Amino acid sequence: MTGVRRTRKGVVVSFDEVEASLLRHLVGEVRDLLADDEELTAARPVAPGIPTDAELSALTGLGGQAGREISEDPALARLLPDAYRDDPAAAGEFRRLTEASLRRDKVAAAERLLAALPGDGPGEVRLDPETTETWLSTINDVRLALGTRLEVTEKMAEPDPDDPDAPAYVVYLWLTELQGVLVEVAES
Amino acid sequence: MSGTISPERVEGTDTDSVVDAAVPWVTLVWNDPINLMSYVTHVFQKLFGYDREKATKLMLDVHRRGRAVVSNGTREQMEHDVARLHAYGLWATLQKQ
Repeated sequence: MTGVRRTRKGVVVSFDEVEASLLRHLVGEVRDLLADDEELTAARPVAPGIPTDAELSALTGLGGQAGREISEDPALARLLPDAYRDDPAAAGEFRRLTEASLRRDKVAAAERLLAALPGDGPGEVRLDPETTETWLSTINDVRLALGTRLEVTEKMAEPDPDDPDAPAYVVYLWLTELQGVLVEVAES
Repeated sequence: MSGTISPERVEGTDTDSVVDAAVPWVTLVWNDPINLMSYVTHVFQKLFGYDREKATKLMLDVHRRGRAVVSNGTREQMEHDVARLHAYGLWATLQKQ
């Protein structure tokens, strides 16, 4: 598991090479999903032994969905929910007025996280209270997207190792553990 | 539901006016299987200034009853609260009380 330790200057989260690469990829996918254009990031060269973007997209099933309609993508619908439950007209008006800024804020938060992540290889990130909030909401967005795709339930058993979703579920559990640790950090 | 009124909004919520604009609206948060209980409690404290005890109680209401009223006020205030909750990834809606 990703290491988290306290120092006099704040909280330090350390990632190994695979964790940093995985997080960069997942956050990039959700950023692309939320960005209101169809510009996808170019594939990055990666070191031997580190999964490529294409391999990670196959694992998580989140990639290559930029520009999709909310109505055809449950993950996007969960990230940008209706504000009125029983009033489609009011929900549509609220969406017209606020959806673009919600997308923009989420994309900007994802980009701040990406900028703070170590480059290729292992590394550490120092989090102050404000940065911790950015990480919490962004990692939560990734969990919402991935969890919606996996159709997780509150009492979900771990999938069979032969289940094609098993690797993505392991990633989901890792993000959940990271999120839990970051909440503890934010609360202390 | 006085237990859920945030301190700064108390003065505007006890009206009996029948004028539509004065009808208090509520913000609801709905249960979902993904958001962590500790995270939801954290967000309630962060956004509404609730203490840990109150935030925890609201989180447990969401978890056990499927939803909870987390704030009330004017429609504009509730739209603002819903937008802030959506930014944190909580499943929030607003409606007339």
